[in-house]
Amino acid sequence: MQKAIKKWFPVLALPTVVAFLISFLIPFIIGIYLSFCKFKTVKNAKWVGFDNYLKAFANEDFINALWFTVKFTIVSVITINILAFLFAMLLTKALRGTNVFRTIFFMPNLIGGIVLGYIWLMIINGVLQYFNATITTDASYGFWGLVILMNWQLIGYMMIIYISGIQNISPDLIEAAQIDGANSVQRLFHITIPQVMPSITICLFLTLTNSFKLFDQNYALTAGAPGKSTQMLALDIYNTFYGRVGWQGVGQAKAVIFFLIVAAIALTQLFLTRRKEVEN
Amino acid sequence: MAEKVKSKIKDKKEKLRAPMTGKDWIKFIILMIISIVFIAPILLVLMNSFKGKLFVSNDPFVFPNAESFVGLKNYTNGIEKIDFFSAFFVSLFITVCSVILIVLATAMCAWFITRVKTWYTKLLYLLFAFSMIVPFQMVMYPMSQVANMTHLDNMFGIVVIYLGFGAGLSVFMFAGFVKSVPLEIEEAAMIDGCGPMKTFFLIDFPILRPSAITVAILNAMWIWNDYLLPTLILPSETKTIPMAIQYLRGGYGSIDMAAMMAMLVLAIIPIIIFYFACQKYIIKGVMAGAVKG
Repeated sequence: MQKAIKKWFPVLALPTVVAFLISFLIPFIIGIYLSFCKFKTVKNAKWVGFDNYLKAFANEDFINALWFTVKFTIVSVITINILAFLFAMLLTKALRGTNVFRTIFFMPNLIGGIVLGYIWLMIINGVLQYFNATITTDASYGFWGLVILMNWQLIGYMMIIYISGIQNISPDLIEAAQIDGANSVQRLFHITIPQVMPSITICLFLTLTNSFKLFDQNYALTAGAPGKSTQMLALDIYNTFYGRVGWQGVGQAKAVIFFLIVAAIALTQLFLTRRKEVEN
Repeated sequence: MAEKVKSKIKDKKEKLRAPMTGKDWIKFIILMIISIVFIAPILLVLMNSFKGKLFVSNDPFVFPNAESFVGLKNYTNGIEKIDFFSAFFVSLFITVCSVILIVLATAMCAWFITRVKTWYTKLLYLLFAFSMIVPFQMVMYPMSQVANMTHLDNMFGIVVIYLGFGAGLSVFMFAGFVKSVPLEIEEAAMIDGCGPMKTFFLIDFPILRPSAITVAILNAMWIWNDYLLPTLILPSETKTIPMAIQYLRGGYGSIDMAAMMAMLVLAIIPIIIFYFACQKYIIKGVMAGAVKG
């Protein structure tokens, strides 16, 4: 059977493989090569070794963006997961209109980042104008604006993952704890949370990677203003490529560093989930 | 039929009548308040889309009144400014074509690399999985150059680019499902004289239908909302909806917020229709994507 299928490689696999080569694999390899070059177009690249990487780390914008991204990621991961978990706890009891609530909470997740950015730009500026300010008056406004936006977008999504985790807990376990006299706080910390650990891992990493790689929302909401103080990594890389002549090589080096951080996060997740699977 | 509906309604009423304790009422009220907070931003956008420019920025939380109400002016103005309807059709064309191509091509590809076991199928599988962890910024510049050289930098070529970018997650997900299709059925079909193509389309693809829906929804949401990739690839006169919205920003600080509100409403409507039409599949699909990716 294998032989018969193998003959059909040109039809079955080739279209995907060719598209994959053109839009991912070849650009990826060129990207790594270009991060060691000085260039304006791909054709006139000149090898400069680690020069671009040194420039990237000496670049204040890049370091600022890195810190801003890290701070933003930490704050939004914590707030989103705590709120999503609380909402999930509220919604697992069969209440009136549970499905309607779920539908509503999940909806913002479908709206694209650019549209989300402008929705919140209007609201946040609307509130701030009562204090004679706009979102670009101070970097902290942009920071918290982004945190609120991310919460609004992702809470519903994470909530649904938590709900399915909580619903998978065996009712016997809860009953047994009740009979043993555990109160609701004890039940939360000794039964619910340990039992939904797999959901927690998924949600933590989803919010982590989504926040870390954020671009559209950042671009639409503040575009990095005031100055470049609310610029996240993805936006800084974009601006280095398309806003600064002769710095394309540095932009590509920044992109490689960005890739290495994201890959490290992803591999950590893989490692953690694999280990859990073995334990179970 | 009518009776069935009636009994369904009766069931629902019965459920509603289930007694709620005081604690349940508090929870219910908290949830109501949170829902209002969740819907409010969208309602605010809708409300402001009928107000004049100044009123949007000065009193965004006030209902339109005789003074601030401008009817559909923001809509006509915005539609004209960014050519919304052509953006809508560009978005629709790119999303529909890419999703169909991705589902068909990656399903076949996943079937091929799971059924044929050699060095290069294993390598391909690893590369597809690897591509999922690479952020877009890593490849965006070289990719736009390659697209330019291969003349894929238009609304037809971008479909191929999306196939390449969507391939990682889609092949990975399909491969997981193909593994659960019993080999015996395929072998039986082949013994009965089906060629590989016939076997795939008559046996495997129908079994893979639920996962095909999942893959389609995940890709549709991504491509419909994608901003950066089409910005880098498409010629400046071809705009998708997110690009058209961003185009309203114009120069520094000069956003026509009134037209913006109207365009945001138009951008959100298709998403909400899509959401209510296949809500069940969307939530399921996104969940499956979360666990895999």
